[in-house]
Amino acid sequence: MATDFAFPDSAAKAAGAEQEFAPEKMSLSMGPSHPATHGVLRLQMELDGEVLTKCDPVVGYLHRGDEKIAENMTYNQFVPYTDRLDYLAPLANNMAYAIAVERLAKLEVPARCQAIRVLTAEMARVSAHLMGLGAFGLDVGAWSVLVHSLNQREHLYKLFEELTGARFTTSYTRIGGVSRDIPDGWLSRVIAFCDQFEPALEETLSLLTRNKIFQDRTVGVGIISKADALAYGLTGPNLRASGVSLDLRKDKPYSGYEQYEFDVPVGSKGDCYDRYLCRGEEMRQAVRIIRQVIAKFPSGDWYAKDARKIFAPPKDKILTSMEELIQNFMIVTEGPQIPAGEVYFEAENPKGALGFFIVSKGGGVPWRMKIRSPSFCNLSILSKVCVGTMMSDVVTLLGSLDFVMGECDR
Amino acid sequence: MSASVDAITSLKSTFPSVTDRPSSDCPAVNVPTGELISVLKSLRDEQAFDLLSDVTAIDWAEGASPRFTAVYHLYSTTSHAAIRVATPCTGDDAAPTVPSVVPLWPGANWHEREAYDMFGITFEGHPDLRRILMWDGYPYHPLRKEFPLAGIETVLPDSEVAEETKAKVIAAPMMGGPFVASAGEMNLTDAEPRAKDESWSERSAKPEA
Repeated sequence: MATDFAFPDSAAKAAGAEQEFAPEKMSLSMGPSHPATHGVLRLQMELDGEVLTKCDPVVGYLHRGDEKIAENMTYNQFVPYTDRLDYLAPLANNMAYAIAVERLAKLEVPARCQAIRVLTAEMARVSAHLMGLGAFGLDVGAWSVLVHSLNQREHLYKLFEELTGARFTTSYTRIGGVSRDIPDGWLSRVIAFCDQFEPALEETLSLLTRNKIFQDRTVGVGIISKADALAYGLTGPNLRASGVSLDLRKDKPYSGYEQYEFDVPVGSKGDCYDRYLCRGEEMRQAVRIIRQVIAKFPSGDWYAKDARKIFAPPKDKILTSMEELIQNFMIVTEGPQIPAGEVYFEAENPKGALGFFIVSKGGGVPWRMKIRSPSFCNLSILSKVCVGTMMSDVVTLLGSLDFVMGECDR
Repeated sequence: MSASVDAITSLKSTFPSVTDRPSSDCPAVNVPTGELISVLKSLRDEQAFDLLSDVTAIDWAEGASPRFTAVYHLYSTTSHAAIRVATPCTGDDAAPTVPSVVPLWPGANWHEREAYDMFGITFEGHPDLRRILMWDGYPYHPLRKEFPLAGIETVLPDSEVAEETKAKVIAAPMMGGPFVASAGEMNLTDAEPRAKDESWSERSAKPEA
């Protein structure tokens, strides 16, 4: 018996090699309800033994028609729907959507509002990457990582609840501001979270980074080349792990990101291990940004006070003053009055570039809203990168791509 | 931003038929359908717009000319410039057509499948044009303006499944609701929250077309 048998390279070669006899290929459907597909993704695969010869991802099981819904409601009414795109980082989605509409309305929000948004978006990034990390660990057999990261996410959820009133679906932003100012003492509790999170993160990452089993399952597995990543429109940590230094927070700063100092981790190989390392480093950088935001937290207004036809007046004024009551009534019934035009805004979300393309004909309702979801684009590369990999590596690959089906299917 | 303005200036000298498109942010151009591929190829190869962020379409409602516009968002990972390219779809309302850009960016594959699914736009030269978000055999294109928000009841695509489950029709998901506002110029009465299509609901049958 020959012993020159090394996975996965020989398996990959076998996928394209001529066979002496043509064994029957097996077709296998994985999902839509399967623990490794992180939601309702289905993979229609064709297998030659253990090696994939074809993979067709089937998406759409969570399609709710968000774009159709958006055409039929006012701009502020759509904010809760953005929570349900990438439901692991609703605060980041809220911010991306609000900035897109504000760009269309040519509306500047005050520095304090920008700082609150950056702070919450970075906390959402930590929370989303923690979940991605925990689920990835679980996929490759490391149970304790999930428990550690869920523990830290619980601390974050408590902070979100105190800020927005909700743990999961926050609906925090409004067009022209946020729904409320930060509570007293909340910033010091965020700092306290960061203080205990940093050593805890190092401990959690140390469970995987130098772990032999983890490395065996991820290093050199699911390599996405730089050219492929760009051609398929990958964004976020998945693109950066392939060696493209594209971070919209650095390259096209929005919401005051240019004031903060942070590094953009870039991978060299584009395998599952690089994607894991990029996410780990991004969490460290997110904490760094959080600390900087809090250190120079601006005072002043937390909503655009001059945006009279866009941001609803304070509640106590509505109940006591006729003019504010009328103004509030108009904003609730007709929606914030946004001028006609077309705008496309992309924000650097935990999963990648979340884009909103809004076509307005004026008035309170968009004519067309397209949501460019990073998970959708990231998943489209599966049909290419899965071919030639082992069946068990597909699970690793899915975990490392870190997608959310709520966002993919919209 | 200046990089994308330069890009448009040199694009216009190569392709005289390219015109400016009104935009609230990044520079945008209108391109005739016939020159779409060569314009995008020149942007990708000569102006380094290497990342295709998004492909989508706009339905300007029945009677508009052109009714459908295909929109492409390009981004340059080197100069960090963004550009929007729009092209009108040719063909009639039932089967609007636009050339596929999958040969230039493989990532356009799913975006174009989605635009086909939602608007019924045929992308000529697409390797695998089939539905992506809705199921195979679904008869409508839901993001077209004439498709009601409430949905339309649909026959189950698989007759064997229908036989087994005894449910031959999938009920429209939001019949009789929800309460919505409408786009565009309107008076206050029309803008009040109301049911989108009040001519039929759960209690009164849909009138024959």
